[in-house]
Formats: sequence, structure tokens, C-alpha cells
Amino acid sequence: MQRRNLFKLAAATGGAALTGQALAACTASSGSSDGELVLWAHNAGSPLEIAVTEDIVKAFNGSQDAYKAALEPFPQDVYNDTVNAAALSGDLPDLLTVDGPNIPNWAWAGHLQPLGVPTEITGKFLPSTLGKFQGELYAVGHWEAACSIFARQSVLEAAGVRIPTIEQPWSREEFDDALPRLVADGTYQWAIDFSTADTGEWYSYAFSPFLQSFGGDLIDRDSYLKADGVLNGAEALAWGRWFQGLFTSRLANVESPGGAEDFMQGKAAMSFAGNWSALPAMDLYDDMLFLPPPDFGDGPKIGGGSWQWAVTATADSAGANSWMETALSDEYVAEYANQTGLIPATDAAAELTEHYASDGMLRMMVDYSKAYATLRPETPAYTVIASVFGQYTADIIHGGDVQEALDAAAAEIDADIEANSGYGF
Amino acid sequence: MAVASAERAEVAAPPEPPKRRRRSHSRAEQRAGAAFAIPGIALLLLFVIGPALVSLVLAFTNARLISPTPPEFVGLENFRRAFADDATFHRSVLNTFVFAAIVVPLQGGFGLVLALLVNQRIAGRNFFRTVYFLPVITSMVVVSLLWRFLYQEDGLVNSALSMVTGGAWAGQAWLANPSTAMGAIVVMSVWQGVGFHMIIWLAGLQTIPEEVYEAGALDGCTPWQRFWHLTLPLLKPTFVFVLITITIAAMSLFVQVNIMTNGGPVGSTSTIVFQIVQKGFQQQQMGYGAALSLIFFCIVLTLALVQRRLTRDRD
Amino acid sequence: MTATAIKAPSRARVWTYLPMTVLAAFFLFPIVFMVVASLKTDHQIFADMNSFKAFLPVGELSFANYAAVFDRVPFWRFLGNTLFVTFTVTAFGLVVNSMCGYALARMRWRGRGLVFGFVIATLILPFDTTIVPMVYLVANLPWIGFDGFTPILEFGWLNSYRVQIIPFIVNAFSIFLFAQYFKSLPKGLEEAAAIDGAGWLRTYWRIIVPLSKPVFATVAILTVVTSPATWNAYLWPLMTVQSEELRPVMVGVQYFFQLDTAWGEVMAYISMITLPMVIVFLVFQRAFIQSIASAGMKD
Repeated sequence: MQRRNLFKLAAATGGAALTGQALAACTASSGSSDGELVLWAHNAGSPLEIAVTEDIVKAFNGSQDAYKAALEPFPQDVYNDTVNAAALSGDLPDLLTVDGPNIPNWAWAGHLQPLGVPTEITGKFLPSTLGKFQGELYAVGHWEAACSIFARQSVLEAAGVRIPTIEQPWSREEFDDALPRLVADGTYQWAIDFSTADTGEWYSYAFSPFLQSFGGDLIDRDSYLKADGVLNGAEALAWGRWFQGLFTSRLANVESPGGAEDFMQGKAAMSFAGNWSALPAMDLYDDMLFLPPPDFGDGPKIGGGSWQWAVTATADSAGANSWMETALSDEYVAEYANQTGLIPATDAAAELTEHYASDGMLRMMVDYSKAYATLRPETPAYTVIASVFGQYTADIIHGGDVQEALDAAAAEIDADIEANSGYGF
Repeated sequence: MAVASAERAEVAAPPEPPKRRRRSHSRAEQRAGAAFAIPGIALLLLFVIGPALVSLVLAFTNARLISPTPPEFVGLENFRRAFADDATFHRSVLNTFVFAAIVVPLQGGFGLVLALLVNQRIAGRNFFRTVYFLPVITSMVVVSLLWRFLYQEDGLVNSALSMVTGGAWAGQAWLANPSTAMGAIVVMSVWQGVGFHMIIWLAGLQTIPEEVYEAGALDGCTPWQRFWHLTLPLLKPTFVFVLITITIAAMSLFVQVNIMTNGGPVGSTSTIVFQIVQKGFQQQQMGYGAALSLIFFCIVLTLALVQRRLTRDRD
Repeated sequence: MTATAIKAPSRARVWTYLPMTVLAAFFLFPIVFMVVASLKTDHQIFADMNSFKAFLPVGELSFANYAAVFDRVPFWRFLGNTLFVTFTVTAFGLVVNSMCGYALARMRWRGRGLVFGFVIATLILPFDTTIVPMVYLVANLPWIGFDGFTPILEFGWLNSYRVQIIPFIVNAFSIFLFAQYFKSLPKGLEEAAAIDGAGWLRTYWRIIVPLSKPVFATVAILTVVTSPATWNAYLWPLMTVQSEELRPVMVGVQYFFQLDTAWGEVMAYISMITLPMVIVFLVFQRAFIQSIASAGMKD
């Protein structure tokens, strides 16, 4: 009796295990050559962006019979974690979006294959929308993002601050002089908003260009082997002290919410923000200015390289590249820009958009991008660089010792590069 | 002390079956016992011990989360780095202990106070029980997002303090100040977790028979004497249980930090588990993260052994 | 005690209720803020932030945020996934953990003491610290799938319900609670059953389980509230589930943090995913406390 009961129990457990499979619906087949192309993108929760991608998928599926593409959207904040977990277990899709600075890491690790898209197509794209590693092209982006200083003409004029131009940006002295004037009459609590609550990639994307304008950098770009001496050199130190000063003298808010919210709320006179916030700002204020960043010595700089499409190592090359060719047409480049407010990656597409055409309201963003865009270091070490730079820049903002913070940051980055035998450099 | 319970479990052996039955059924009992335990033990081996062993091996390598080269054995290098070089980790160990040292008595004690309050036979006590328990059933992710909002310089916490003090409170950015950020996380964590321990204490209070109090009343006990000499001693088993659960939870502080401060400002809220996740996953230094996990395990194990000794002495 | 409480003069009653009410306000205010903010526009939320208007439904109110939630997130799908995973983990957990606890508490077999110590030791391994090797492990586990009616051996559990369920069925803490409770049951139950000719499984099922309802209720509730795989599952599904159709509700929170965070929608969404748990607790509150009391946190 007892034995039979146990037997029944075993049967019951086995049965449960089998029904589990039936419930495991739609397991995405990944990286196969069965004619299915699985696409991952970082834009879950942005219906407009997804709609454009779905349009491409539809057009592609309708244009040929050999392949069938399907999109799986993910939430952006946690996209990298999700994709890393999938890479760890070798479960990547055929095509996926990758944030520009992560492409070297992915290419180095062997998870991507070089693109086979004709140069007649890719040649038209802004240089900073092309994801390269050691001379090979691995990814192309539909758009570029650009940061600029959001300000209102009336406010600058009232404070007697000169409006800078791309020919003549603010110098450091001019900028430092302008900030206190903007808060002098008490209308604004803060002179400038840096969206500091937006941790993660924002810190290295938005703030390391200031460091580069001061003459410092995240890593020595000749060898890609050392941060020491560059990230904690005299120029970097000057940057750190200047940046910290903005917060300790309460010209900037240590914990301003993301998305230029302080500026939109009328709490900050200006904001250093990405162009994805430009359309809401224009809805709010009728005298919006998008100004070039100041020149701290080495010329104005802004971050370059945004989200791009890449093909994974195990994908069917022909199918994936054919999808890329469909996706990279000017029509879709323009459509993304219209939906997101981001900069279209080709000149022809720019002309098709409302804001980025030659006479568009945001045309200057294209010029900033061409003139100032600096790519984040193209090395697999960027994963650690971004995290470490973010952590220690936050320390600097919060009043930590600048020299100590930068020394620690450089040491951690160098330790990681050494532990990985130079990442192939 | 978790281990202490295990040991006591040993002592309190299962009911001794009568001799006659043991002779005839002992082999069957052996088999049945194993069969009952096997599904649980197998899952535990696979999903708890398995990853832990992988971690143990990785701790002695330079494994990276994604990499074209296989991991290399690096001996004790990761541990050398953790103990000798990594100032952020040292700070995190200290922070974790400070957090646990404050939260354990605060949450345990405050939980008992709440339990005593809602154990009174008064109208509306179910309402109060539910209200105090609400934060527990609210996801930590949700709770952390909410409190990050509340702690801002022009947030609600400051507004409330300013109102209570008649405008004397100037307000400050709680999470942006290195000297207040950990305190802010402590308050929020106690707020979130205390309802759980209130329920545990409440359950303990309800196991105390009414007769004990009646006897106390006959002896002319004051409410305070009754609490100190009758209630507290009878709550000792609950006390041990509460201590175990809060200590383990407090040492594992992670979600609040990850969402509210990212370990900052200036490392003041970074904890061991936060460092394990940041180094091992975000920075992809899997080997180093595994080494930190191993250190963490040893710390908690040591704590458990120390607490076992303390409970044993008291017995 | 009862008598004094009832006959207490009204002044004492004030002193009973005053601290409790103040405390209630302290426990409620973030949640009230959440619900109120969910009815406001983002601008209104920030504008009201530094005054008590933040708690009051004032200004332009609407359910627009709730409507927007459904545009952004497949809410019912996520909710269904969470309910399914929560139910399955809890149900299987009760069976597996209680049987294991029973074997450890009341059956005699070789190595039992060792196994009990081992179960307890796993309590001090927090899940967050082993999550990376765990992802690697589940990604390589075998599974028997079906192509029509032909069974095929496949590898990898990622992107499925099983990866959200099976690793979390066993729980050392639940085993511990079951074992402690079973030990407190009267001796001789098994002998009586054996005399009637019942086997172990039948004894367990017919005699032990019906006597142990409180501990089953307690473990069920603790699983739903505290397990990293049930109602609050977040980090694990984030890393192991790639298909939108299989995601649980907590991961959906991240959908609202795109280029611009829609705070009103965040508040609406988190209100929606918190409410079901509040209702469940309201309904089962009394039973919950009684079950913990009789399950006995005794050691």
C-alpha cells in the first residue's frame, strides 16, 4: 500500500513537470536560421517608438518570403541587465538594439558579427551613429541624441546674459559669471539643472564631455590601457573642482529629477538636457533656446553615440543584413525622429522631418552633433568606466574630496583593465 | 542562532515509535522518510547549493560576465583586492553593520510596541492592524520609489517637519546628504518592515494564556510589572525568532539602496550585497563579485555562530 | 485587562487612540500620497509636492493616468502571469516543503540530522548574492519539450513560466516552519494510524495535514508576501524572461521610466498592483494572525 502511494506520488510529480511545459508558452527561438528573425529593442513603454519598429517589421515581412521578423520590446532602464543575462546563457536574439558605448564590449566578447550592409547606405549616416570596434562596423543607429543648454530668451535677456552661438560659445568665465546672475533676483531657485537623479548611463553621457572640454578624459585614448594620469590629472581635477563648485554654491540642485523637470517647473533658469526633452519644453515655453555647451578650453563637447541596431554572432547573416537594409531607409530614419524628437541620422531624412529640416526649430542640434559629438571610449572596459565614473562623479557632486574620488576611479578602472589583460589592446 | 534551532531540533527527536513497530517497519520508514524529503532536498541542492558552489569556484578566478576568453584561476587575488584595496567595500561592510545594529533593535522593539497597542480589546483594532501592516504587503520596489520622492528637499517629509515645528525646520535633501542618507534609509526600512514583526509579536502575545494574567492580577501586579515579569519572559521564543529574521534581512540590505541612493552619497549607503551586485553584475566582474559573496556568507555565518553561543548561555 | 479597557474613562481612551492614530498617519501617508498623485497630472504632482495638497485630491483630477497605463503596459496579461506564478509557487511549495518538513520532524531515517542542519544553513544565503550563477545554471538545465506528440530533449529554461516557478518551490524557511509545527503535534499519531494499516503517505495526508491547517496558512501567506518569485518578483524575471507575454507586474513598473518619466502613470500603476494585496490582507487578516499564533513561533 505504502509503495503504491509513493508510486502515485512520483507519477503525480512527473505529470506536473510535463504540464509545466505546456504552460511555457512561446519560447522565443533565438539565433537560429529557420527563417525567423527575433528582434530585441529597449523601448517597451514607448508606444510611438514601437509603432515605427513594427512598421519596419511589417514592411520587411511583406517584401520577401524567406524571413519573418518579430519584435520583443524591453523596458530601457533594465535593458542592459536583461541582455547581459541572456548573453551569459547564450540566448541572444538575431538583432538587437545596443547603446553605442556598449558595442565594443559586445563585439569583443564575440556576441556581435560585423555588418554586411553596403557602404552606400551606411556612408550617409552621421559618424557618431555608426558603432565600430577596432575598425569594423558592428551597428548603425536611426538617430543621434544631443545635449544642449535649455534656456529661455526672456530670462537670459533680463539677467543681461549674452546669448551664445555655435561660432562663439560661452567661455568658462562667461558661464561662471552668468550663473549667479540668473538666480540673483530670486525668481529661480537654481541657475542650472543637470537632472542628477538620473543615475546610470546619464552621468558618463552628459558629464564626461565637460571633463573632455577641460582637457581631461575617461581613459588614455592612445593606448586604451590606462585611466591613471588622464582621469585624475590636473585637467580632470580642475573639472571636478569646477563641477563640484556649482553644487556646493547651490547654483545647481544635487538631486534634480530627470527629464529637465526642474526647468519645466520653473525652478531652474536653465537645464543641461538631451534633445528628447526638447519638444515638451517647446510646448511649455514660446521663447526656448537650445544653446551650445560652454568651451572650457578644449572646445565645447557633447556626448555622441546613442541606441543602434546590431546583428548577433549566431544570427542568419543574410536575413539580418537584409532587415537592416530595409530598416535604414530615410523614410524610417525620419519617422523615428518625428516620433521621438531625436536627431535623424541622415541629412536626407532630416529634410523629411518638421524640426530638423534646414529651417526647422531644432536644426542646431544637428550642427552641435556634427561639431561637438565625442564618442565614449571605444573599449570593452567602458562597462566599468561608466559605472565607476558615475559613482565617483556622484561623490564629487555630493561634496566628496575631488582628488580622492578621481584617484579611486582611475585605480578601479586600471585594475579592471589589468584583470582582463588589456581587453585585446 | 539559526544553527541553534537546528541543534535543538536534534534534541527534540521525533516521537520514539514503539519497539515492536520499529522492528517490523524500520526499513520501510527509512525509505518513506527519504522519499518524503527527496523532492525538497533535491530542489534545494539544485537551486540553492548549486549556484552557491558555482560562486565558490568563481571567487578564485577572474571570470567576467561576458568575455571571449575562459576564466583563469587567480588564487586569492580577489580576496587580496577586497581586503587591501577596495575602500568602497570596507565602507560597505561598516555601513551594513551600522544598519543592522540600528534596525534590529528598532524594528524589533517598535514591532513589540505596535503589537501591544493592537492587542488591546478596543474598537477598530483590525483597522489599525491592517494600516500598520500595509507597507509590508507593498512591494519594496514601490516603497523605495515613493520614499525617494518624499525625501527630496522640497518633498513631503520636510513639509511635515516644517509644519510640526511651526516653520522652524529649514528642510534638507535627506538622501543627498552623506550624514543623513543612511538614517533616512533606516527610517524607511523600519517603516516598511515593522508591521511584519508586529504580527509575529502579536501571535506570540496571543499564545500567552489568559490565566497567567488572571493569576498576576490576583497578586496585585501593576501593568508595568505584569509586562516586565509575565509578558516578556513568555515572549522569549518569539524574541529569538524575531531576532533571526530581522538580522538576516538587515544584513542583506539591497533593494532600498539600489533604488533610492545607488550606494551614495559618497559611499554612505553602500552595503555588502549592493557591492556584490554592482561589481559582479553591473561592472561584469563576476569573479570578484563571487569573492565578495563568499566573504558575506562567512560574515553572516560568524554572526549566527556568535548568536548561538549567546542564546545557549542564557538557557 | 479586558474589563479595565472597557470601563476606562474617556480621557484614558484618548490616550489609547491618540498614539495609535498618529502612528496610523505615519504608516499611511506615503500610500495616500501614491493614490492621490495617481489622479493628478505630472505638473500638479510636482507643484503640490511641498505642501499638504500632496495628500489632498485637489486641482485637476482625472483617471487619465489609469487609462494611460493600459496603453503602455499589457496590464491584464502581466497580472495574469503574476497570479499564475504566485499561485503555482505557493501550491507546489506547500506540498514539497511540508513533506520535507514532515520527514525531518517525525520520521526516522539515516542522515536526517545532517540534512536538517544543511537546510537551516541555506537560510543565510541571500538570493541576491547568487543570482548570477543561478541565471547561468537555469539557462543550461535540460527539459523535455514536445513537438506535437514527439518528446524532445531541450536545454535552457530561460523565457518560460517554469524558470519563474520551479527554482522557488523549495524554501528552507518554510521547511523549518513546517518541521517545528509537526514536532509540536501529539506523539503517537502515526502508531495509531499504523495499527489501522495506513501507510506513511496516507497517514500524512489524512491525519497530519488536517491537524496542521494553521501552519499551511502561515506558510502560504509568507510565501506570497516575501518570496522573490511571487507577488513582488522583480529582479529574477527581469533577468530570465525575455518575452513580454511572460512578464509579471513588478517588471511593468520599469515601462514608465522611458526617456521622460510619467510620474502620474507610475503612481497609477503602482496603486493598481498594490491594491489586490491590500484587499487580500483585509479579508484574511484575522485568520492570518490566528494561524501564526497557533502555528507558534516556538523553537
